[in-house]
Amino acid sequence: MKAKLALENGTVFTGEAFGAASEITGEVVFNTSLTGYQEILTDPSYAGQIVTMTYPLIGNYGINPEDLESAKPQVAGFIVREYFEFYSNFRANGNLGEWLAKHGIVAIQGIDTRKLTKLIRTTGALRGVLSTTDLDDDSLIAKAHSSPEMKGLDLTKQVTTAEPYAWDDVDRTPFALAPAAGHKLNGKRWNVVVFDYGVKRNILRRLTAYGCKLTVVPSSYSAEQVLELQPDGIFLSNGPGDPAAVRYAIENIKKLAGRKPIFGICLGHQLLALALGGKTFKLKFGHRGANHPVKNLISGSIEITSQNHGFAVDPSSLDPATLEITHVNLNDNTNEGFRHRELPIFSVQYHPEASPGPHDSDYLFSQFIAMMERETVAIEQ
Amino acid sequence: MPKRTDIESILIIGSGPIVIGQACEFDYSGTQACKVLREEGYRVILINSNPATIMTDPDLADATYIEPITPEFVEKIIDRERPDVILPTMGGQTALNTAVALAESGVLRKYGVELIGAKLEAIKKAEDRELFQKSMDNIGLETARGGFSKTMDEAMKIVETTGFPAIIRPSFTLGGTGGGIAYNIEEFREKAEHGMQSSPMHEILIEESVIGWKEYELEVMRDLKDNVVIICSIENFDPMGVHTGDSITVAPAQTLTDKEYQTMRDASKKIIREIGVETGGSNIQFAVNPQNGRMIVIEMNPRVSRSSALASKATGFPIAKIAAKLAVGYTLDEIPNDITKLTPASFEPTIDYCVTKIPRWDFEKFKGVDDTLGVQMKSVGEAMAIGRTFKESLQKALRSLEQGRFGLGSDGKDLFDWRELTPQKRNGLKKKVLDQLKMPKPENIFYLRYAFLLGVELDELHRITKIDPWFLYNIRQIVELEKELVAFRPKVDKAAKSDKKSKVPSPVTREVMLKAKQYGFSDRQLAFMWGTTEKAIRQLRKQLKVIPSFKVVDTCAAEFEAYTPYYYSTYDEENESIRSERKKVVILGGGPNRIGQGIEFDYCCVHGVFALKEEGVETIMINCNPETVSTDYDTTDKLYFEPLTLEDVLNICDHEQPDGVIVSFGGQTPLKLSKGLEDHGVKILGTSPDGIDIAEDRQRFGAMLRKLKIAHPKYGTAYSINNAVLVAEQIGYPVLVRPSYVLGGRAMEICYNSNAVREYMRKAVDVSPEHPVLIDRFLEDAFEFDVDAASDGKEVFIGGIMEHIEEAGIHSGDSSCVIPPYMISPDNLDQIKAYTIKLAKSLKVIGLINVQYAMKDGVVYVIEANPRASRTVPFVSKAIGIPLAKVAAKIMVGRTLKELDIKELDFKSLKHISVKEAVFPFSKFPRVPMYLGPEMRSTGEVMGISPTFGGAVAKSQVAAGNALPNSGTVFISVNNSDKNNITLNIVREYQSLGFSFVATEGTSKFLIENGIPAKAVYKVNEGRPNIVDLIKNGEIQMVINTPLGEESRYDEYAIGWAAIEQKIAFITTLSAAATAVKGIERQKAEALQVKSLQEYHREIAW
Repeated sequence: MKAKLALENGTVFTGEAFGAASEITGEVVFNTSLTGYQEILTDPSYAGQIVTMTYPLIGNYGINPEDLESAKPQVAGFIVREYFEFYSNFRANGNLGEWLAKHGIVAIQGIDTRKLTKLIRTTGALRGVLSTTDLDDDSLIAKAHSSPEMKGLDLTKQVTTAEPYAWDDVDRTPFALAPAAGHKLNGKRWNVVVFDYGVKRNILRRLTAYGCKLTVVPSSYSAEQVLELQPDGIFLSNGPGDPAAVRYAIENIKKLAGRKPIFGICLGHQLLALALGGKTFKLKFGHRGANHPVKNLISGSIEITSQNHGFAVDPSSLDPATLEITHVNLNDNTNEGFRHRELPIFSVQYHPEASPGPHDSDYLFSQFIAMMERETVAIEQ
Repeated sequence: MPKRTDIESILIIGSGPIVIGQACEFDYSGTQACKVLREEGYRVILINSNPATIMTDPDLADATYIEPITPEFVEKIIDRERPDVILPTMGGQTALNTAVALAESGVLRKYGVELIGAKLEAIKKAEDRELFQKSMDNIGLETARGGFSKTMDEAMKIVETTGFPAIIRPSFTLGGTGGGIAYNIEEFREKAEHGMQSSPMHEILIEESVIGWKEYELEVMRDLKDNVVIICSIENFDPMGVHTGDSITVAPAQTLTDKEYQTMRDASKKIIREIGVETGGSNIQFAVNPQNGRMIVIEMNPRVSRSSALASKATGFPIAKIAAKLAVGYTLDEIPNDITKLTPASFEPTIDYCVTKIPRWDFEKFKGVDDTLGVQMKSVGEAMAIGRTFKESLQKALRSLEQGRFGLGSDGKDLFDWRELTPQKRNGLKKKVLDQLKMPKPENIFYLRYAFLLGVELDELHRITKIDPWFLYNIRQIVELEKELVAFRPKVDKAAKSDKKSKVPSPVTREVMLKAKQYGFSDRQLAFMWGTTEKAIRQLRKQLKVIPSFKVVDTCAAEFEAYTPYYYSTYDEENESIRSERKKVVILGGGPNRIGQGIEFDYCCVHGVFALKEEGVETIMINCNPETVSTDYDTTDKLYFEPLTLEDVLNICDHEQPDGVIVSFGGQTPLKLSKGLEDHGVKILGTSPDGIDIAEDRQRFGAMLRKLKIAHPKYGTAYSINNAVLVAEQIGYPVLVRPSYVLGGRAMEICYNSNAVREYMRKAVDVSPEHPVLIDRFLEDAFEFDVDAASDGKEVFIGGIMEHIEEAGIHSGDSSCVIPPYMISPDNLDQIKAYTIKLAKSLKVIGLINVQYAMKDGVVYVIEANPRASRTVPFVSKAIGIPLAKVAAKIMVGRTLKELDIKELDFKSLKHISVKEAVFPFSKFPRVPMYLGPEMRSTGEVMGISPTFGGAVAKSQVAAGNALPNSGTVFISVNNSDKNNITLNIVREYQSLGFSFVATEGTSKFLIENGIPAKAVYKVNEGRPNIVDLIKNGEIQMVINTPLGEESRYDEYAIGWAAIEQKIAFITTLSAAATAVKGIERQKAEALQVKSLQEYHREIAW
């Protein structure tokens, strides 16, 4: 079956469909990870986006029941150079195409993904339409044009949990990671409330592995409701869309800042920055991949990080009197993390939970635990 | 951390001659290290015995020592140069071992020299199996279960932990002899016992079998601040059990989920830290059980390796260059990524293509060697290809190998035509194919295709071969498309057959053509499938607008703008290679290393590039050998990593429209393309194809020689067996027979009678069907000379006249040779010069020419002339201090010798003697005949330089690993025709140096009769103790054995093998024996001194 991808700038790519027969619009972005397509597809931060893999051979190891970052694929659409319905891996229980079709995700293969990537790099992220039903170029381009802009879009509502739930599960695969070197589990369980803006399961698994007992709450949960749960700490999750559009979350975080230790990742990091008086802006084409070098300015060491964000925190908007920049991206010097100089608050733009990606930054979970520990001691004293 | 300022000078140790397992990848790494460390302002001192390398070019280091890489000689250099530090991680195992020896013997302490890159402790932890296992235990990583044992009791305990099958490896035996696999306890007892018997230490290693597991490699880099990055992951197509060097490998890993990959990445970081490799690159190998994902660590190389070269070329990340910078204190974030310029080197490359590497073997040169692939590497070279699909890169890599294949079969070279099979034949073939696939063999990739064509199921193939199903699926996809494509073959009725050439399959649509190309099918394969010519397919393809797009290798999958011009072709929408308006020249590289065509030609290509850059010409390199300097993206203005076939080269020429193409630097590979390129209107620079043709065409060349009144051995050309015998008889025996257009003496033989000629023709006829067989009179006992010269069409510069030490009949590539000649009359020398000039002028040579001469009874004969770079160009250039290839390249773009200020060299004024010695792979092929002949079998070469002939000889022997003894017993066995005064004189020289002799009965009798005491000893089949026993007991220090002929072959082989195992000097010709004694005399008289190439060159009087 033929499929077409049309972009708002008028470029049309023709390829073969391999997921659901349908039509979808979204922001076309690319991810440079060589592995981890299943994790990428199920990462709720990709809501509203049509994801292109720059690595050309996709589907090789199939789909397995374990490497899910949420219950289902979250991307709007999927683009690859060459799709493999045949897979080889001892954990796989099905092929990628059928799984995407089952979940109604449109996917295209056989297009020049490098050309597309270069186009996104030079013009910035583009709105596009992926279709197997309408193959008329002009009609498709018009649809791309009229699709919503990512800027100003609150997508967290689409992906957040409807009801609070408890999470107490860890990675049960043979590949489960031990807590970072030097971290001692002392048997204490930390009650942590997780704001679900589109949380990845591996964040929950990592927090649990470090001894947290989690209550995952909807993004709209109020500060008061959270405090009623008497958590030891609050976690602000990753998620899709424009952080500035999630006003209610920013307001809640403002109220919570200083009340409880807070750790944020990705969208959580951006929301925290906004709550603390900073600004965010849309990157030209974002960071999506598993090879981004980030320098930890405190230790001087370099972490290879997993990234997925289209918006970023403007470091010049952060008040240096209260906030300290802790991490910076070595590729483009964008902000990758900060901490509060007095309050127990820190966050990073990238993904220490990896999945997919390197485990270099897993120590941040340990930092969060240490922060809660310090606060508890402080309160007891 | 900025670079270290407490050090000023750095000694880099090279890897020495090209041998199996250690090839020109270390020229690539050493050259990068030399370049970058000099740029950083350090004084670079280099030692490497291999003159064919680019790194030993006097421009690349401050002091270049072409000296033997032994602890003794390195100490002499340290004493002279007093370097602050040694960088031992760029020169392979040779450099590492030498550094360890120097550290352990206290030399480094004595001179206060520090090891950088890897410390002694780290090297030992990585190299010593037991220490390595212990280290892995410390960090909770698994290695293959097992251990060493010296007794059966210990062995039985160990096998309880390994289970069955268990691998048994005897310690310290050559080529793993005495090892094996045991599937049950009974077999284990037997094999363990045998293994311990075979080991000189009565020790075996017992290991759990991981044969059939998936095999991976990660290239890891670390800096002094403990930042670690992974440059590349590699997955082996061939599962565990086949040495990585002999495996088809693919980058990046294809069948690992992110969870599995990250586990491996975490392990790599732990390993490099635990072993303690402080800075630079390491290579770590893993095996993964495909059933459950269980991962074990196989080994780690604490240095750059063959795989680092591959990873560098596969990703665009210059591992050796960065490793050198890290070694002097920089951290990864301080080093910019050359390709993106704006981002730092502290990242992990990501790629948007698939890379396939396929090894190349030369088994046909080693009769009797087992071509089953196993744990010991046997390949001599490799080709790499890049594509947007695995299928494309696989087929490109297959045609890059230049073994007459143009992809995965369907190229006219197949075992059978699947379209014409009877069911009966099919079943027979199926059995044959499946039998072949049971053991890993070089040809198996083609047998996988056969298996699919014969209807074997993927699961069954996986069960037999253990190759991952995903790879097999890709092969099946290629086969299935082939079947679809074949259906487009036009139905031609027999009557219209004459029309074949112009016939193209008409219903082929653009979609069909595009898909075929995206699957990597070459025009040649399509032409075969559709019964037409390559040219017709090319035309059709262009008509259908199916032309390749060139994409950039940029380390970042297009995320950042790339500034390096490193391209590969594929069939996709966007072409990224932008043609410049500058004057441009394409230089064709040499392709995969093989015996007869190796690093020497890469040296010439790179020099061509350097020269043209100096001339302001844009240089474009095409090559497919990942080990080379020519495929470094910063060597040329533009690099196309592509197969060297007509189709691929023409595609680039179509796009670049170069002002010319240089085909004469890369050996036979590009030369073979010159006619095809010219036919398509591409301008060939240098000597005209007509000149090349005269030199290649016996008739035309003969006519020219007669006109010039230059003598040549009688010759003839044969097209059939009977014809050959007739020609041979006319010429007179003995004759030298060989196929035309072949480099390295492939399939060359000396025949003494018609039966031998007949036998040869039967074997050789399919070597190259387009070309006839050449027959020459063989001049027995003649002296041979080689001349390398450069000509601008008007004047001729004679770069070097080399005299061969071995007599005629031994391939020039296998013969050792000397500059200047040492046994020739001034008249004959003048004659050789004059002939060379006449030949160069008559052939209208523009660039390089190599002429081979034979001298017999005072007459000089021309054997052959080749208007191209020869294997000896680097050796000559280093001996005389003039870069011949550079001169030639400049001439090719219009310069004259006069303009370049190249004057005639008076060889008599040379104050040093240079000896080149060949290096052979016999220790890797333990049971092959070791006697030299007209077929080239050496893999590499070394150079010895000294003020005296003897000194140069002695050094060349040490460098080649055949150090001559100063005293002891010489075993002598000469054939009847050698029982003469020449032999006696040689033996007396050894006698006067204090050697005593043992000899076979006949030779002993002959020596005693002539007053030389020589104890008789049994031949192998005469009784015991025999000569092999004496050698094994260390009672013999040197063997002189001239071949005796058919009947006692086995005896001789056994002597040779024993000599190799005991690492004692082994000499098979009288002339070499006469030369060796001069070396012994000199090395006894004085300690051999070291001196840099720069110093030698300064002394040359111009």
